[in-house]
Amino acid sequence: MYAYDEIDRTLVNERVEEFRDQVKRRLSGELTEDEFKMLRLQNGVYLQLHAYMFRVAIPYGTLSSQQLRRLAHVARRYDRGYGHFTTRQNIQFNWIKLAELPDALADLAEVGIHAMQTSGNNTRNVTSDQWAGVAPGEIEDPRIWAEILRQYTTLHPEFSFLPRKFKFAITASEHDRAAVKIHDIGLRLHKNAEGETGFEVLVGGGLGRTPFIGKTIKPFVVGSDLLSYVEAIMRVYNQYGRRDNIYKARIKILVHELGIEKFAHEVEEEWQQMRDGALKLDEDVVEDIRARFFYPAYEKLAHVPDELRKAAHDPQFEAWRKNSVFPHKVQGYSIVTISLKPVGGPPGDATAEQMDTLADLADKYSFGEIRVGHEQNLALPHVAKRDLPALWKALDKAGLATPNVNLVSDIIACPGLDYCSLANARSIPIAQELTRRFANHDTANLIGRLHINISGCINACGHHHVGHIGILGVEKNGEEFYQITIGGRADENAELGALIGPAVPYGDVADVVEDIVEAYLVLRARPDELFVDTVKRLGVEPFRERVYATR
Amino acid sequence: MTSPLEQKKIKITGPSIVTANRTWDGVVIYRTAGKDWSTDLSEAAIVRAADEARALLAESMADDLGAIGPYIAPVEIGEDGKIEPGNLREQIRLSGVTIGLPVQA
Repeated sequence: MYAYDEIDRTLVNERVEEFRDQVKRRLSGELTEDEFKMLRLQNGVYLQLHAYMFRVAIPYGTLSSQQLRRLAHVARRYDRGYGHFTTRQNIQFNWIKLAELPDALADLAEVGIHAMQTSGNNTRNVTSDQWAGVAPGEIEDPRIWAEILRQYTTLHPEFSFLPRKFKFAITASEHDRAAVKIHDIGLRLHKNAEGETGFEVLVGGGLGRTPFIGKTIKPFVVGSDLLSYVEAIMRVYNQYGRRDNIYKARIKILVHELGIEKFAHEVEEEWQQMRDGALKLDEDVVEDIRARFFYPAYEKLAHVPDELRKAAHDPQFEAWRKNSVFPHKVQGYSIVTISLKPVGGPPGDATAEQMDTLADLADKYSFGEIRVGHEQNLALPHVAKRDLPALWKALDKAGLATPNVNLVSDIIACPGLDYCSLANARSIPIAQELTRRFANHDTANLIGRLHINISGCINACGHHHVGHIGILGVEKNGEEFYQITIGGRADENAELGALIGPAVPYGDVADVVEDIVEAYLVLRARPDELFVDTVKRLGVEPFRERVYATR
Repeated sequence: MTSPLEQKKIKITGPSIVTANRTWDGVVIYRTAGKDWSTDLSEAAIVRAADEARALLAESMADDLGAIGPYIAPVEIGEDGKIEPGNLREQIRLSGVTIGLPVQA
């Protein structure tokens, strides 16, 4: 956990009072909606179909139990008793009243939570690996650098009015759980041939209307140069990025139009002028941030405790353990992923009661810490293996032990037309139907790892381009249709999926996905060849034939 | 359902209304013939021509304090005169989400 200092606390509290005054002026008519819109967006307040939506920042997906309890309180007191965890590790409340928002923000500020960097044409919440700090083999905890970037970018005057929103993601593991290649700037901590630690910097990734996989602009930047290099990139973007066309305003378009070599050249020229200036990070500053991260006092525990051996006789526990429990860097501990994808449920939603329960379980079993993953699941990052059976029982009781992590029913979905004013089609009911179709755990296990991503419009909040199976809602003559892509992935081998054919109507989507999965089971070279690898090997044609032969 | 946010010009193909969200709480509202707002679709003013729609929208937009984001939306008029939403988006705005909420009201 990162502990805020006095400056952070003051900033958060002042922001609440500033927004309280802005809301008061809006409700009195002193501010028009045109004047107020940017102010509310900079505090995470959108307007959706039925109500305002309030997006709260969870920097790099790390929450304390106290903070999660406070989110539950906001859900209960100001909303309708639940929240929705997003693909950028934030949480959204869908039914909040503008008049009550300042009070909600004030309640959150008491535990160091705010809504800065959740909206607007500025730098957004810096996301990271939800296993940061506990993943085996990690170079170092990437959240230290995410926090440095958070502090540097928050309210940065030069980057508060960018051509468009700007997203960072950072990972320090070989396996990329933070999807760094689909971000405006992706950072991968690694060691060079000399054994020094630094960043591979990727730029120009992104999804939406015009998807691109990020390109490496510099293979190695040392930590002390990180801020100056990032600032050089953002200055070039700020100078050349298009402000005349919202669809061409993201950095990915600039990188694409200039070409990575020319863009890199511009950045290099900018950087050489400033690299040894005020943004040079000295080790004391980094150490100061590092020192504000608190890590648990782990016990020396057995690799396989008796409790785990005994519980292994329970097939339900074993099904959950094999699916949801992952190796930890410390012997005797595990990382536990909490699926927020129950059969028939909306992906990523958690009730206030579930949040409270998880906060209690985090206190009891995970040193009071919870993580949010971009896959819209949560994680308890420090669970002693001896506690796994007791934790499972408690999670199961709260409806939080669905053993489907990384399986076909672990679906990423945006809120879609049920909530969102930008959407063209619904996402959640499609996800719900698919979870019912693939509810059988044995079948899901037979299929193996398969990520389905659903977006209700081209803005791609459900990351459909990088789903193993991607589903995009479109509108045709007033009806909901869905384009299906296959072969996308968001990890270190990120790729955009390929369209398999014409869009299909709402009622056919689940059948089409079943056809694709059945084709995969026939076509895969061996049982452990993943769906996405079969598509890579064979291309889309065999799947296209299967889906459209009878349609 | 093309987002009304993407509408470039006013095009009326049948009976239409002006709808928005109430400023203080975001609730869905409809412009009435009495130059006011109602949460009840049956009280919405119906327009059938582009000029009428433009005028109703302009009048609605002038109430910046009461409503946020007014736009023209299609409706259908039943044989009994009942006003029904003209597309799925407006049906969802009127009736709520098409899924069960995680917590029932």
